[in-house]
Amino acid sequence: MDKMMIGNEAVARGLWEAGCSFVSSYPGTPSTEISEFAAKYDEVYAEWAPNEKVAVEASLGASIGGARSFSAMKHVGLNVAADPLFTASYTGVGAGMVIAVADDQGMHSSQNEQDSRHYAVSAKLPMLEPADSAECRDMASAAFDLSERFDTPVLLRLSTRVSHSQSVLPLHSRLELPLKEYVKDVKKNVMMPAMARGRHTVVEKRMLALSAYAEECPFNRVEWGDTKLGIVTAGIAYQYVKEALGEDVSVFKLGMVNPLPIKALRDFAMKVDRLVVVEELDPVIEDSLKAAGIACEGKSLFTLEGEYTAAMIREKLLGETTEKRVYPEELPARPPVMCSGCPHRGVFYTLKKLGLTVFGDIGCYTLGAAPPLSAIDTTICMGASISGLHGFNKARPGSEKSSVAVIGDSTFMHSGMTGLVNMVYNKGASTVIVLDNRITGMTGHQQNPTTGKTLKEEPTPEISIAEVAKAFGVRRVVTVDPADLKELERVIKEETAADEVSVIIARRPCALLKGVKHGAPYKIDREKCRACRACFKIGCPAIHMEDGKAAVDQTLCVGCGLCAQMCAFGAIESTAKGDDLGA
Amino acid sequence: MISVHDSINIMIVGVGGQGTLLASRVLGNVFMHRGFDVKISEVHGMSQRGGSVVTYVRCGEKVYSPIIEPGCADYVLAFEQLEAARWLSYLKEDGVLVASSQQIDPMPVITGAAKYPENIFATIEETGARTMVVDALALAEKAGSSKAVNTVMLGALSSLLDIPAAEWESALAETVPEKFKDLNIAAFRLGRGDQSEK
Repeated sequence: MDKMMIGNEAVARGLWEAGCSFVSSYPGTPSTEISEFAAKYDEVYAEWAPNEKVAVEASLGASIGGARSFSAMKHVGLNVAADPLFTASYTGVGAGMVIAVADDQGMHSSQNEQDSRHYAVSAKLPMLEPADSAECRDMASAAFDLSERFDTPVLLRLSTRVSHSQSVLPLHSRLELPLKEYVKDVKKNVMMPAMARGRHTVVEKRMLALSAYAEECPFNRVEWGDTKLGIVTAGIAYQYVKEALGEDVSVFKLGMVNPLPIKALRDFAMKVDRLVVVEELDPVIEDSLKAAGIACEGKSLFTLEGEYTAAMIREKLLGETTEKRVYPEELPARPPVMCSGCPHRGVFYTLKKLGLTVFGDIGCYTLGAAPPLSAIDTTICMGASISGLHGFNKARPGSEKSSVAVIGDSTFMHSGMTGLVNMVYNKGASTVIVLDNRITGMTGHQQNPTTGKTLKEEPTPEISIAEVAKAFGVRRVVTVDPADLKELERVIKEETAADEVSVIIARRPCALLKGVKHGAPYKIDREKCRACRACFKIGCPAIHMEDGKAAVDQTLCVGCGLCAQMCAFGAIESTAKGDDLGA
Repeated sequence: MISVHDSINIMIVGVGGQGTLLASRVLGNVFMHRGFDVKISEVHGMSQRGGSVVTYVRCGEKVYSPIIEPGCADYVLAFEQLEAARWLSYLKEDGVLVASSQQIDPMPVITGAAKYPENIFATIEETGARTMVVDALALAEKAGSSKAVNTVMLGALSSLLDIPAAEWESALAETVPEKFKDLNIAAFRLGRGDQSEK
């Protein structure tokens, strides 16, 4: 049976078909759906770990324990998991172990566009890179065999356009595998210096064996066409190459991107007049070819930044351009915004009003940096709000009174906790606001350790952020409803004034969360409205101007009531009977 | 009426939350059941939050890239006026723009930093683009929910393609949740009936 699937679902299908029974991941666009789809298979144990390092370590443990195991993450997640990654290369695996890493060329939903292939090179691990959903399934599945054959974790590199494109693939059945026997093997699994030295030798031998394998790997193939131009490419760039140049040119399509089949590439190079490498981001393939003495072009033609297109390839290689129609006027941009009813809105409005320096973090609430809220000063990586604020305030004594860190519930669990420990331990006096919207929001509503549910939607103990903070030695822990602007402002003023670490938990569920009851929409009394635009300061997408007065879009409004608190003239009122302040 | 034999490139553009993703999946299913190779490129994460969103649906005997590039779309299905203007450059010379007359102010307009452009469709028609305007919001409300704009627009698009209504409706039924099936079929039929190509 053929089915249309996004690449991520196909990866999940592939690991299921390969008999994988353990998945541990942390969500991150564009990798999230792999683990969500994997969790739908009864035969697969699947969990959200609090971060990627924990996920990979759990996965390695499961592999040592004899189960085929898998972890998925986005490119920046692999930075967090880099520590176990490099040493898992030394230990190798018990049963097969595969790590999928999804890059985000073009930064559709990321803070950088690093190229994960460097990890495969530096950790000395094999890496496969699919170009469509069928290959996602095939390679995810084959990666487990490769992992066991060469006793190594295998990396599967994805990208936004592969992960989030749907294409058609045939389905296969699952391979049922018994748990492998566990045999204690300290030389392999206890990486203290004496043993690790021995394993390094094993790793180098394995790389040689993998290089030999790459020459015959069925995922590397040549599609011969005219030999005037030869292209070396992999992953999504292959699709752009075929789209642009059709069947007229010769293409070496790499499915295994580390190690490279250098001999086969050299043969290919000798048969074509001109050799061009088409790879998004860094010149990883190009540099390897050049290091092997194979002349080629690549980044002299193509950019190091963002996504490629077929049009770009046609233009650079054939000199052809496409005619296009242009709308003759400049158009206003439409940046992403916080949803109407978003519980973060009141927090950022208040932080801006109080003129505080705000160390931000990774999540929907990064949008608090955008106008009109414009409240955030920094966004670096998961957890950096708390640790960054600590450094800022140590460097600028006294600034504790005029600064805060904001971090989501899931991000706090991911890597905010260690920052908070540092703050308390090293006698900080900063204020941390945990934006607890009861879910991992940005990636599309994943459960986390604070929500009381697992990835499989089973009930589980709910970890209390307040109790965690108290256990770390924070004495000032306050929970507040961010929809109550007066109380929120009072609490923020009080806690930033305190001479010790404070944790404020701004707790209200995400407005998009299933089961969250919305209040009746608000409306504007046109008689009372003075068009002062005070209600526009909260940046709600449901509020706009209509014939000179403010108006509330009745289909977008979820009745949070924030705008009514902004109005000095009592012009904004709920359409519900009585005084309803939302859910 | 354009017949569906070769390849066909359809873009669905709108505002995050308008249901472009679901519409693209319905379209993809229609084409897959016709035996075409299909690729759909979706948008997830940050850009879904009320931003300008685009999904690409491509079908043909063999489809390589999941992306449609400027000047290459046979149809641009726009769920909102400003987005119709924004993605106009993707339309082929003889392509058709199917656009909802709905207006949704983006944040720079809400904050007063920019103005919502006036007479968008007149300006688009001056560029020579074939345009079909649909009052999708009104039709969606008539069908029972303002959220069914996406299905109304699919109905409008279907009126330009040589594919029987039954195929669309069965693809719709397999894609939307059971409890919204009747609503969506009603919205689709209203959209399909509202043909007013200029």
